[in-house]
Amino acid sequence: MSRAVSDTPIRRSSDTSQFKSVGKNPPRKESREKVTGKAKYIDDLTFEGCLYGKTVRSTIPRGKIKKITFEPGVPWEEFTVVTAKDIPGKNVVALIEMDQPFLVETEIRHMAEPIALIAHPDKGLVEKALTKVRVEYEELPAIFTIDESLSGRNIQRGRDNVFKKYHIQKGDPAPVFSRPAIVVIEGEYWTGPQEQLYIEPNGVAAVATPDGVTVWGSMQCPFYVQKGLKPLFNLPDDKIRVIYCVTGGGFGGKEEYPTLPAAHAALLSWKAGGRPVKIIYDRMEDMWATTKRHPCRTRVKTAFAKDGKLLALQVDATMDGGAYLTLSSVVLSRGTLHAFGPYACDHVTIDTRAVFTNSPPYGAFRGFGAPQTIFPLELHMDRAADRLGIEPHELRLKNILHKGDTMATGQKMEDEMDIEGILKKAMTESRYLEKRKSHREHNRTASPVKKGIGLSLFFHGAGFTGSGEVFLDSRAGLEITPAGTVRILTANTEIGQGSFTTHSQIVAEALRIPYEMIEVAPPDTAVVPNSGPTVASRTCMIVGELLRRAADDLRDLLIRSSGLSNNGYGPDEFRRAASAHAEKNGVTRVYAKYKPPAGIHWDDQTYTGSAYGAYAWACYVCDLETDLTTYQVEVKDFVAVQEVGRVIHPVIAGGQIEGGVAQALGWALYENVVLKQGVMQNTQLTNYILPTTADTPPIRVFFYENPYPNGPYGAKGLGELPMDGPAPAVASAVAFSLGGKFISSIPILPENICEILK
Amino acid sequence: MRSYLAEFSVISPRSLDEALWALKQRPAPAPIAGGTDLMVLLNAGQLPPGAYLNLHSIPELRRPIEFVNGEACFGALTTYADARRHPEIRKRLPMLCLAAREIGALQIQSRGTWAGNIVNASPAADGVPALMAYDAAVELSSASGVRSVALADFYSGYKQTARRPDELVTAIRIPVPEKEAVQYYRKVGTRKFQAISKVLLAGIMVLGKDRRIKKIRLVYASVMPYTYRARAVEAVLEGRVPDGAAIKAAVAALRSELKPIDDVRSTAAYRLRVACNLLEEFLSASSPSRGEARRG
Repeated sequence: MSRAVSDTPIRRSSDTSQFKSVGKNPPRKESREKVTGKAKYIDDLTFEGCLYGKTVRSTIPRGKIKKITFEPGVPWEEFTVVTAKDIPGKNVVALIEMDQPFLVETEIRHMAEPIALIAHPDKGLVEKALTKVRVEYEELPAIFTIDESLSGRNIQRGRDNVFKKYHIQKGDPAPVFSRPAIVVIEGEYWTGPQEQLYIEPNGVAAVATPDGVTVWGSMQCPFYVQKGLKPLFNLPDDKIRVIYCVTGGGFGGKEEYPTLPAAHAALLSWKAGGRPVKIIYDRMEDMWATTKRHPCRTRVKTAFAKDGKLLALQVDATMDGGAYLTLSSVVLSRGTLHAFGPYACDHVTIDTRAVFTNSPPYGAFRGFGAPQTIFPLELHMDRAADRLGIEPHELRLKNILHKGDTMATGQKMEDEMDIEGILKKAMTESRYLEKRKSHREHNRTASPVKKGIGLSLFFHGAGFTGSGEVFLDSRAGLEITPAGTVRILTANTEIGQGSFTTHSQIVAEALRIPYEMIEVAPPDTAVVPNSGPTVASRTCMIVGELLRRAADDLRDLLIRSSGLSNNGYGPDEFRRAASAHAEKNGVTRVYAKYKPPAGIHWDDQTYTGSAYGAYAWACYVCDLETDLTTYQVEVKDFVAVQEVGRVIHPVIAGGQIEGGVAQALGWALYENVVLKQGVMQNTQLTNYILPTTADTPPIRVFFYENPYPNGPYGAKGLGELPMDGPAPAVASAVAFSLGGKFISSIPILPENICEILK
Repeated sequence: MRSYLAEFSVISPRSLDEALWALKQRPAPAPIAGGTDLMVLLNAGQLPPGAYLNLHSIPELRRPIEFVNGEACFGALTTYADARRHPEIRKRLPMLCLAAREIGALQIQSRGTWAGNIVNASPAADGVPALMAYDAAVELSSASGVRSVALADFYSGYKQTARRPDELVTAIRIPVPEKEAVQYYRKVGTRKFQAISKVLLAGIMVLGKDRRIKKIRLVYASVMPYTYRARAVEAVLEGRVPDGAAIKAAVAALRSELKPIDDVRSTAAYRLRVACNLLEEFLSASSPSRGEARRG
């Protein structure tokens, strides 16, 4: 089942021979430490006198705490116990809104909500003690679905249970639907929750005293943790230090969530007089209690001319946000801004909302709302193609955006783009037309194995939405070491995506020195500037560009002050100049600050303007078989063609695409979060099913390169893109294999196919 | 890990007699061999604290697979990997190899034992259906003697087995079927490998010269509270030619015999339908040229 590298070519379209580092595949900066086992993950760190902390969590979805009893059976006098009463500052997570407590005071709003904390030096005894904490409740009626939330019968948030709404208006679709000689198509679609399932569960360690708090942990965003902890302890920035440890994956699941365990460990340490406290979730706790991808229900209504021209588009999407806002408003924003797809249409409305339910808060997950709205639109295009009697690819070709067209937000397509070329390339690579024909013929035979092929066309906006990057106001820096090498200073974490490596390539290229002369400072809030979170496909494109600019300034500085030649230099000359500079001036750091690219304007009030500075474009094709004996789907071939600006490290970029496709195939075909009272039941890897390599097809990756003027050497973001396209391509192909039965929700489990065919 | 290890103890006997004597204690210590079921429970904090009996320290239980009088004989510690690697098992009892390769990953296959698969009594056991289809018998030893129980009679309900707490499985005897027997093994899991069964059928069928079914065994996993031999369907089929009408009758009988459940892994409706489809696939593949044991 293993695949030879030659079976899955990563091919690219551009020539990068003018570069020395960019476009090459140097060994990853952190790989030697990881493969030799030297890398220290949080649970590998040892602390003298360490206590092990556990979280007492609610076992009802909503209600009031009447009493907490610590039953006999363990020596409670040896334990450190924390409840909301022990909190020195504000009991609220500082994120977008201050609405989520670190520990419940009286009212529980979801299952698995933290109520109390216990810690002891004996790990096993803490486990036993956890079973001896009894919480008595007064239960209150809870809501678990979008419909229940919107019914108005049980309002728990604001006036209507709605966390946030968005509206995009372009032209006026309403009158178009009553025009004569048009085809109106409506559909409702559903995408389920998904667990991020990083290999390393959430884990932190903390030491907290009135003099300051230090946190070590597995995380994406050290500065988010710092911000979250400040009000909790009433301490200033410089008294809260957050140190990233080698992190075994994030996928969004370690974007906002680590603030909770970090605060919990710090509270226990505070109560224990500054003894170090570790909290490491096991897989079951991690899956039970932490965030998942937002479930989303979307209704799409379109009007087409008989020839397939898209005349009007209305999208109405509702996401389940769970019991606290956390990041739902921004997840919803990205979903809103991807709901109209890469199509030109004069009359569009997009209405979206995120609603309250008594589920643990849904959170960040690769794609961040976009996969949830791309899925319905792409399936709707298939449904329309079927109704109009037009081939799905032709319907898309008739409606795609070209340079000069405007999106639903009014953003004019100014950069060079070739969506048509991407679509056609994907069709050629996958032999799409030929297979549609041969699969149709095959499916008329008696074979119980039916074949299907489907495609999806989509984009992903890189960086923070709208004015987000301006608000972030990121800074990144470079430092000259006494040895004359260069150290990268950013808050951006290496979570398996290769950012330490791609950043080093960019800096090496800009400084015209070898990649080996660049090192990366571990993200530690006491050492690095706040270059923003490691999210939103922004690390390479936004932070990489800051580093490129800092490198330009650093080079100029050395030319001006340390005799570095303006007409080219070798590595040794650079080293000498840098080392001389460091000797003379001490530690030298050069920083660059974010500047929005010219011509980028966004209006948060009207949701018009340039939602993103850059878009990656892609077309994915999925070829699969459905076995009518078992109703199992086997993906046979997958073609992923995308335009992502310049590819900095082809192997890493290809890995991002393959990994994202595999993760999205899981979402589409296997990953079924079974909810009961709003919380996940199947919290083990034996019953929450991910595809293994045996279930994953060859993924053929093709990069179409079109350098983006505002990205480092032309790079755009690509980390989230591959999460967007696979699900609709899979659903389309499964529908094809079943002879045109329509699929409108994921995951598409064998049980669902069995049901559809009944 | 959610268990408090201080509350567990392990007895490591040096002989079978010592082990059987230890099993006379009340409560009897639970035997642990490969640990591939018990360690999962230990990690989840669901294993009852108390004493466990380590079988690896007992020399009499470590013996290779033997063939005696037309039967394969497994010991208490025979692993899935032992069977997978054994050339005679591959040739003469192929369903055991197919089952072995479907169980967990190589690590599990190297630790997990057939005897453990039997006594753990999971309805989703992958090894038990193949053994039962081959008419295997379980040898149970205790301080008061040795007895043999047909595997088909071993289970009486969810986690209910014929083993008394003082008994240890000391051998599994598996008769080698007739050369012309048609064998079928298909596991429908939640994914290709590293999966727990949602439906599994192990079947064996011997046809007479007149194409009538002389003997048939149909054993399902994951559709009933224990590994289930569909005797009513076997009775419908015995003596009949497996033609379209017979298949239809068999599927109808199966439909009324099985009572699958809904759980986090699958639905009752799916399990029933796939159980029927597998039966149909097995019976329609009964011509000798297509009658190879297969893997799903």
